[in-house]
Amino acid sequence: MHSWLPVEWIVASRFLREGRMQTIAIVLGVSIGVGVIIFMSAMLAGLQANFIRRVLSAQAHVVLLPPQEVARPLRTEPGVAQATIVQKPYQRVRSIDQWQDIMRQVGAMGAVAAVSPMAAGPVLAVRGEATRAVTVMGVDPGRYFRIVPLPDKIVAGSARLAADDIVVGTELAADLGVTIGDKLRIAPATGAGATLSISGIVDLGSKGANQRNTFVALHTAQALLGLAGGVSSIDLTVRDVYAAEDVARVIAAATGVQADSWIKTNAQFFAAVHAQTIANVAIRFFVGLSVAFGIAAVLVVSVVQKSREIGILRAMGASQGRIMGVFLIEGAVLGLSGSLLGSALGTVALLAWQAYARNPDGSPMIPFTLSPQLFAAAAVLATLTGLAAAVAPALRGARLDPVVAIRG
Amino acid sequence: MAEPVLRLERIRKAYYAGTPLETEVLHDIDLALEAGEFCALMGPSGSGKSTLLNVIGLLDRPTGGNLFIGGRETRGLDDKALTQLRGHSIGFVFQYHHLLPAFTALENVFMPMLVARGRPDAAMRRRAEELLASMGLTQWRDNLAVNMSGGQQQRVAVARALAMDPALVLADEPTGNLDTKSAQSVFDLLREVNRAHGTTVLLVTHNHSLAAQCGRIVELVDGRVVSDRRPAAAAVS
Repeated sequence: MHSWLPVEWIVASRFLREGRMQTIAIVLGVSIGVGVIIFMSAMLAGLQANFIRRVLSAQAHVVLLPPQEVARPLRTEPGVAQATIVQKPYQRVRSIDQWQDIMRQVGAMGAVAAVSPMAAGPVLAVRGEATRAVTVMGVDPGRYFRIVPLPDKIVAGSARLAADDIVVGTELAADLGVTIGDKLRIAPATGAGATLSISGIVDLGSKGANQRNTFVALHTAQALLGLAGGVSSIDLTVRDVYAAEDVARVIAAATGVQADSWIKTNAQFFAAVHAQTIANVAIRFFVGLSVAFGIAAVLVVSVVQKSREIGILRAMGASQGRIMGVFLIEGAVLGLSGSLLGSALGTVALLAWQAYARNPDGSPMIPFTLSPQLFAAAAVLATLTGLAAAVAPALRGARLDPVVAIRG
Repeated sequence: MAEPVLRLERIRKAYYAGTPLETEVLHDIDLALEAGEFCALMGPSGSGKSTLLNVIGLLDRPTGGNLFIGGRETRGLDDKALTQLRGHSIGFVFQYHHLLPAFTALENVFMPMLVARGRPDAAMRRRAEELLASMGLTQWRDNLAVNMSGGQQQRVAVARALAMDPALVLADEPTGNLDTKSAQSVFDLLREVNRAHGTTVLLVTHNHSLAAQCGRIVELVDGRVVSDRRPAAAAVS
C-alpha cells in the first residue's frame, strides 16, 4: 500500500488488480480503439498534407487579377423603356492598376507569406516548322521561387532567368525537340517576338502544365506582351493554406482587384479533402463512443461484483463521494492506460505501414509525422472518456443501499 | 448519570412504508445501553434483530422514533453526517466476517482509519499493527483476507471494528459460522475489548451459552422487546 495515495486511489487500484481479466480485456479494447484513431489520424494528416503539398507546390495560394472588364449600357432616360442586349466584352491582357501599391499593401498583411508579380499571356513557341501555343509567364525569380520552388523541379539546366532565358516544361521540350542552350522563338499575337535561349527544363508534375507553361524574366514578358511596366497578376503564398479563401476575400474587399484562392480554383479537390476530414472525425467519434460504452459496461459489472465491498466500505464510514471517487478513478485509469498502450500500438502500426508501403523509388508512399500533440490529445481524451463513462456506474455504486449491499 | 452510549426512543421500522404492502417489523422499541455494557440481543429468526442492528448502526433509517448515539440525535442528519458518525462511533462485526478480499489482514484493519482520514499515515499503520498483535494475528498480517481461516478472519474483523476506537461495537452473529472453539475465542476477544477499553458491545447471537456470559440479555420477539435481564452468571464481570 503506497503511503501517499488517497484512499480512493488505493481502493480503485486494488479493485482493478483484483479483476485482472476484466481489466486486461478492457484496457486492450480501449487501446485498440485508441490505436485505430492514432493510426488513422496520422495517416490521413500525412495523406492530406501530401496532397496539398503536391497541389500547391506548382501554384500560388491566392492569385490577384485585374477586375474583369464589364460593358456598361448607356443609362436610359427615366420613363423610357428600352430593350438592351449587352454583349460581354473580351478580356484583354491588362495590367493591374497600381500593382506596386497593392503588392506593398498585401505583402504587409500578417497572413501573407510571400508576394510575387507576374506578367503572363498567350504566345506561340516556334521552332522550325513546329509551333506550340504556350503561356509565357514573366516572373521576378527572387520573389516567384518563394511561391513555386522552380529550382526544385528543374530536370535539366538551371532556373536562371536572364533577359533572353526561357525555362520550358518537359513535354514542350520533347514536342519541339529542344534541349538546354537551344534557341526558341517566342511570337506573341501582336507586336514583335523574341528569340530566347533555353536555360532549364522543368517538370511541374502535370502533363498539361509541362506542355503549356514557360517561364521568362518579368521584363522579357512585359516586352513580349506589350505590358510595359505592368503585371497581369500577383501571386501570393499564405501562412495557413486553409485560410486562403478568407485572405482572398479580405484582399478583394480592400483593394478592389479580383482575388482567387486555391480553394476556389480547386473546389472539387478541396471538397474531397474536406469530406475526408469529416469522415475521419465521424470515425473517431464512433470509435470513442464504443470505447466509452466498453468502459461503462465493465464498470457496471464491477459495481455489481463489488457491491458487498461497497457496503462494507460504507459501513466503515466511507461516504458516497468516496465510493464515487473509486469508480471514477477506475474509469479514468482504464482510459489512460488504454490510451498509452493504444498510442504504442498505433505507432507500431504506422511504422510498419511506412516500412512496407513504399514508392518504387523507396520513398514512403505517404510520408507522415508522429506529432506529440496527437498522443497528448489521445491520452487526455481517452482519460476524459473513461471518466465520463464511469459517471453512471459510479453513481450507481455510491447509491447502493449498504444494508442490501452487505447482505449480498 | 452520563448520557448513554446508545438510546432508542420508540423506534419503529416498516418496509414498503406508505404502500398497501407496509409491514412493520419493529414496534416502538425503547432501549438504552450505558458505556461499558456488554449486551446480547437474542430472538428467533425474523424477530427483527438484524433490522434493529442496521438501524442502530445507521445503515438503515427508522420509520419513526428517535435514535441517539453518544447523546447525539440522529434524526434529521443527512447521509454525509450519518456516514461520518458511523465511521467514528460505531464498529461492525458481521456474521460472514466481510473482510475486503483484495486487501491483506493489516490493510483491512487499516481501512476504517483510511476512509475517515483520506490518506494513510504512520500512526494508522502502528495502530493497525498493535490491534492485529493484540488479536494474536501478527504472523498473518500480510495474508490476503481470503487466505485465512474463518476464525482468523473474524478476529481480523474484530480488530477492524476497533480501529477507530468506537464507543459502540455492533456484532451481528459474529460466531454463527464458527466451530465452538473459534466461537468462544472470538467471543472472549470481544469480552476482553469490552473490559479493557470500556467499549460498549451489542451482540446478536443464537448461542445461549455465549449469551449467558453477557452482562445483559435483551430478547426480541416479533419486533418487540419481550425481556431485558441481567443474568446472575454475569456477576463475574
